[in-house]
Amino acid sequence: TKIHHNIKVLVVFSTAVRKLSLSSGSRPKVCIVGGGPAGFYTAQHLLKAQDDVIVDVYERLPVPFGLVRFGVAPDHPEVKNVINTFTQTAQHERCFFHGNVNVGVDVTVKELKKAYHAVVLSYGAEANRCMGVPGEDLAGVFSARDFVGWYNGLPSNQKLNPDLNCETVVILGQGNVALDVARILLSPLDMLKKTDITQHALEALTASRVRRVLIVGRRGPLQIAGTIKEVREMINLPDTTADMLPADFKGISETLKGRNAEQNSGTYFCFPCVSLPQGSGEDAKAVPTGQMEDLECGMVISSIGYKSLPIDPCVPFEHRGAIIPNDMGRVLDTAGLYCSGWVKRGPTGVIATTMNDSFDTARVLLKDMKEGTLDLSVNKPGAQEITALLQERGNTHRNTQKKKNADCTLFSRKKNTLLTNSQKFKTF
Amino acid sequence: MSLSAAARRLAGWSVVLRSSSRTLPPLSRECVQRRDITSSSVVQPLRSENKVTVNFINRDGEKITVKASPGESLLDVVVDQELDFDGFGACEGTLACSTCHVIFKEEVYKQLGPISDEEMDMLDLAYGLTDTSRLGCQICLTKSLDGVTVRLPEAVADIRQSDGSA
Repeated sequence: TKIHHNIKVLVVFSTAVRKLSLSSGSRPKVCIVGGGPAGFYTAQHLLKAQDDVIVDVYERLPVPFGLVRFGVAPDHPEVKNVINTFTQTAQHERCFFHGNVNVGVDVTVKELKKAYHAVVLSYGAEANRCMGVPGEDLAGVFSARDFVGWYNGLPSNQKLNPDLNCETVVILGQGNVALDVARILLSPLDMLKKTDITQHALEALTASRVRRVLIVGRRGPLQIAGTIKEVREMINLPDTTADMLPADFKGISETLKGRNAEQNSGTYFCFPCVSLPQGSGEDAKAVPTGQMEDLECGMVISSIGYKSLPIDPCVPFEHRGAIIPNDMGRVLDTAGLYCSGWVKRGPTGVIATTMNDSFDTARVLLKDMKEGTLDLSVNKPGAQEITALLQERGNTHRNTQKKKNADCTLFSRKKNTLLTNSQKFKTF
Repeated sequence: MSLSAAARRLAGWSVVLRSSSRTLPPLSRECVQRRDITSSSVVQPLRSENKVTVNFINRDGEKITVKASPGESLLDVVVDQELDFDGFGACEGTLACSTCHVIFKEEVYKQLGPISDEEMDMLDLAYGLTDTSRLGCQICLTKSLDGVTVRLPEAVADIRQSDGSA
């Protein structure tokens, strides 16, 4: 099955003939906003549990899969294997993928609610948390999100041009994204060459003078948001020394005062902590000590978390936690509206977390269908109506020819990688 | 990263710092080949007259009994027999997720091969983790496992009200 890039705004990905012949008059129709893991796992569960539901997935980019495509580090291709499951879902005869549709801009949520029995918001977290400290906007200060987008080929980050002509990089935050960035900055080039990292990033890293990466966190080692696998990978990274300040481990374990592995070429990273935490466990709070230290560096990458944004005035949004207020996936105070994934829970967790969460939302939606909370007796037009609206508005959009070429290149590079990763599961 | 998981692992870090080699538990050749689906080598299914019976208890508590060949991993069995476990084996056996998490009875668990650091790292993130949990993609059937019963953990429904405190 090929992706057909339509010059117009809408991209429809399907085995066209077989699907269009499906008569869809009185079937339940669900619209999912966001074609990442949350969207596809929600779709998967709905399609399996309800044998007449039609699911339309709308995605802002021309290609699906969200952060699995653009957020997973290039040296973790196995994490992207879930794409095979999503592809199978997308190829389901009752599932349709619509790329290049920016919900909230090209079409409103109100219009979607009118056309569908239910709308599920799974559009994730597209912004990043800010520190709110002076200097955040200086040249050489990047969000981890943009940096990752740069080496992963996200079109909007193509021109990022980070200057790697410096010896030291400071990363703020100690989650898996911070660890990924550190690992990519310090990985031996032989390793990077075998991945699907973008060409321009590979060239920049080849010329890079970065030898030292400091991964800075507010609390202590037991509070880091990263998982053990990523920490272990850093420690085991060839030609790299892991440096953990003994003072940060005071009171945790005597074992860790041991020296590091043999000193190799002098690239190293360390985890200096800004302050020792008060309290213990995951609720330990960072308490400022008043001590200041200057760290000289050529680049700062802020990796303190992603953040969801409100999509549409008719959708409630809780700004403090940057999520859509909901009760087990049902958006509060709004009938027919649901949410799954990071926009529901906050931007943390691994893919399996999102999977379980998406299944939960799907179950709640199915329950509402069964109990009549969602009125299925009314026929809804679904994609037919939305497609017509989009085509009407198509002429007001930006130069899609230029965008089409860039995205085709991107997509064919990624696609080749996808196809080599699995023989056992069906791919497209 | 949960506190108990971290504490358990920190004790092992000094060992990690000294050695940089990754070791996999010793396995039959057939098992290693089958798991390595990223390579281009052709996977030869093990033809054996000695089938092994495996019982799965699914998330609804139902028992599903199938026959499989020694050498197959539990993930292979689920895939080949097309068992209907939602989301099982998302990363296709590459130790990049915890969705093939299965729970053994204690007597059987003790007989299983050693667990690698890589498997432990992923298992740590699994829902409903128990002391007799393993990842199904890492457990290969042997004749001594004939008749084994494994339980799928219940997926944890997030019943907390999301308040964005993540």
